[in-house]
Amino acid sequence: MKPIIRIENIGKMYSIGAKEKRHDTLGEVIIHTLKSPLRRLKELQGIAHSYDTIFWALKNVSFDVEKGDVVGIVGRNGAGKSTLLKILSKITDPTEGRIAINGRISSLLEVGTGFHPDLTGRENIYLNGAILGMKQAEINRKFDEIVEFAEIEKFLDTPVKRYSSGMYVRLAFAVAAHLEPEILIVDEVLAVGDIQFQKKCMGKMEDVSKGGRTILFVSHNMGALRNLCKTGVLLEGGLCKMIGSSNEVVDYYLSSNSSNDTTDQIKFRKRHRPGLPTRLQITNVVIENKKLNCVNEAETLDELVIKIDYEVLANIDSFCAEWKFKDLYGTNLSYSSSSPLGNIVFYPEANERCGQIQCHIPKVPLSMGEYVLDVALFKPNVVLMDHVEDACRLIIKTSDPMKTGFQYKRENAPFFIECEWSKSSG
Amino acid sequence: MIGEEYSTVIEPHKGLNPFNWREFWRYRELFFILVWRDIKVRYKQTFLGVAWAIFQPFVSMIVFTLFFGVLVKVPSDNLPYPIFVYAGLLPWTLFSNGLSRGSMSVLNETNMISKTYFPRLIIPISSFGAGMVDFVISFFIMAVMMFYYGIIPTLSILVFPLLIFITLIASIGVSVILAALTVSYRDVKYISPFLIQIWMYATPVIYPVSVVPEKWRWVLSLNPMCGVIDGCRSALFGKTFYWNNLLLSALISFLLFIVGLIYFKNVEYRFADII
Repeated sequence: MKPIIRIENIGKMYSIGAKEKRHDTLGEVIIHTLKSPLRRLKELQGIAHSYDTIFWALKNVSFDVEKGDVVGIVGRNGAGKSTLLKILSKITDPTEGRIAINGRISSLLEVGTGFHPDLTGRENIYLNGAILGMKQAEINRKFDEIVEFAEIEKFLDTPVKRYSSGMYVRLAFAVAAHLEPEILIVDEVLAVGDIQFQKKCMGKMEDVSKGGRTILFVSHNMGALRNLCKTGVLLEGGLCKMIGSSNEVVDYYLSSNSSNDTTDQIKFRKRHRPGLPTRLQITNVVIENKKLNCVNEAETLDELVIKIDYEVLANIDSFCAEWKFKDLYGTNLSYSSSSPLGNIVFYPEANERCGQIQCHIPKVPLSMGEYVLDVALFKPNVVLMDHVEDACRLIIKTSDPMKTGFQYKRENAPFFIECEWSKSSG
Repeated sequence: MIGEEYSTVIEPHKGLNPFNWREFWRYRELFFILVWRDIKVRYKQTFLGVAWAIFQPFVSMIVFTLFFGVLVKVPSDNLPYPIFVYAGLLPWTLFSNGLSRGSMSVLNETNMISKTYFPRLIIPISSFGAGMVDFVISFFIMAVMMFYYGIIPTLSILVFPLLIFITLIASIGVSVILAALTVSYRDVKYISPFLIQIWMYATPVIYPVSVVPEKWRWVLSLNPMCGVIDGCRSALFGKTFYWNNLLLSALISFLLFIVGLIYFKNVEYRFADII
C-alpha cells in the first residue's frame, strides 16, 4: 500500500545572525543595500554569509506514514517536533527535502486559534471551525454536538471574553474535536484542561483513529503515546533518531532520559497555555528524602517531602496542587490533591512573587524502580494553571521494607503494603 | 522520484511564484468568515466608535470647509465647497482607511499565521470588507447632501461604481505591499500613517485639479487616486471627464495591484518564521 505521507530528507535551517547583521527595520535594509549591494543580493538569494550562525532545526528527516496509522512523535524540547509539524502543515517551508502527501491535512497546533474575545461562543464556533478548515455546512450539522461536548449551552450567546479559561478551552477543543480530517496533525494540545476533560479529549482522539484516519501526534504523555500510537518516531537534536513501534520508541526515549537533567529546567520548559496568560507557574520540583538526607532517591517506606516551587505572575487568590506518580510505562500509580481530595487550599501572600508548597509523605510505599512525578497547580473544576509532566523522577534504589534482606522489586508489584503475618491458634 | 500521484508536495520555496487563484477559491469560505468577523466586531463596539467610523468623512468635511473653504478660500470648481470636498473625501476615505487597516492586518494575525495554514493574502483583502460597509453608509450621506444642494445626478453617475472599483484595486495593491513589508520590517508601521497623510495632500481632495498649472498636471496624474477623485466629482456632478487622467489612474492602479499580489505571494512563506 502506498504510504499516505512520504517525508524525504527534510531539513529546516534558521539563520541566527548577530543583532547588527539582522535587519529588523526598513531603514537598516536601505543603508545596508547602499553600503554593500552585492552582499544584499546574496542575502536575497538566500545564500548565507560565513559569519551567520546557522542552526538546523531539522536535518535529514525521512520516514513514511501508512494510511490509518497513528504515529507518535517524541523527543526532548527543542528536538524539532513542532518544526516538523509546522512544515507538514505548510505553515513554514522546508529548507531542503520534499514531502509528498496524498490527502488533506488538518492541523491542530493550538486550541482556540482565531477566537475573538468580543464575539459570542456561537460566533466563535463558526469562526474557529472555518479557520480549522471546516465548511459552513459541516459546522451547521455538528453545531449541537459541539455545544454539548463543550458543556456551554447556557453561555452560547455571551462574548467569549467573559468565559472562564476552563470554558474557553472546552469550547476551543470541542470545535477541534469535531474535525473530520483525512490526516490529523496534533501538537501537545491535549495537555490542557482538567483531568476529566483530558480524558474526554483522549476518547475523541481514539474515535478518530478507530475511524481509520491517519494521525500524527506529538506529546510528552508516554501513556497516551503507548495506547494510541502504533508507530513511534524519535527526534533528537533535529535528527530522526529512531523509528519503530511506539512501545520500542517510548522505551528507548525514557531509558535515554532517566534521572534529572539539570539543563532541562522546569521553569523554561514549553508548556501548553490555553490562549490565556499564565498566572501561576511551577518553577522547580524536588523530592527530599528526610531519612537519607538526599534528593530524588529513596528506599521503600522512607519519609519524603515533595517540594514544589512556584512563581506568581498575576493575581491569584487561591490554588490547589496535585501530584501524580507514574511508572516508566506511563501507568498511573497514585495521586493526591490538596483539594478536592484533601481540604487544603493555598493562599499566596499579597505581594508574594515566589513561594513553595510541600507535601509530606510519611512512608512511601513504592517498590524498587524508577518513577515519574507529574505536578499540577489549579483551581478545582475551574481552571488548570500549570501542569508539568515528568517534573521529577524518584528512584527507589533498594527496597528492604521488612528488614529481612529480601529485595522487594517492581516486577512483583509496584506497592508495598505494610502488614504482619501470624497464625491463628485453634 | 516521489511526488507523482500525490495530491500535495511540500518543497522549499523556489523562485518567483504566480498567484494561486485556485487555492484562494478553495479557501473562499474562510475569506467571507473573516470579512463577517471584522464587520461584526466593528459594530459590537461602543456607539461612539461605530459613529466615528461612519461620520469621519462628514466631520472632516466640516473642518476642511471651515479652514480651506471659508478661511483660505480654496476654489472649488463652481460647486459649494462642502459637497466638493465631500465628493473627494468619499473615495479617499475608502482608500486611506483601507491602506491603514490593510497594512496592519497581517501583523495583527500573528497567531493565525503561526498556527494554521491558509493563503495569507486572505487577511489583507478581507480587511476591506468593513471599509466597504462604511463607504456604503457614507455614500447615503452623500445622496442626502446632493438632495440638499439640489444637484441632480446625470447619466455620468454610471461611471461611479467603476471608479470605486479602481480605488479598491489601488488600495488593495498598496496595502498588500505595506502589509508584507510591515511583517519583515517593524519600522514600516510607523511610516505608513505618515505616507497616507502626505498622499492625501498629493491628491486633489481638498483642492481642485485646476489649481495645478496645466503643464504639471501629468505629474499629479501619476498618483492613481488623482484621476479617480477627479473622476468621482465628474461622475456625481455631471462635469466633464478627463479620460486620459482616468485611464492613467486605472493603469497604475492595476499595476500596483498585480505587483502587490506577486510581491506578497513571494514573501508570505517567510511570515511564520519572522512574525
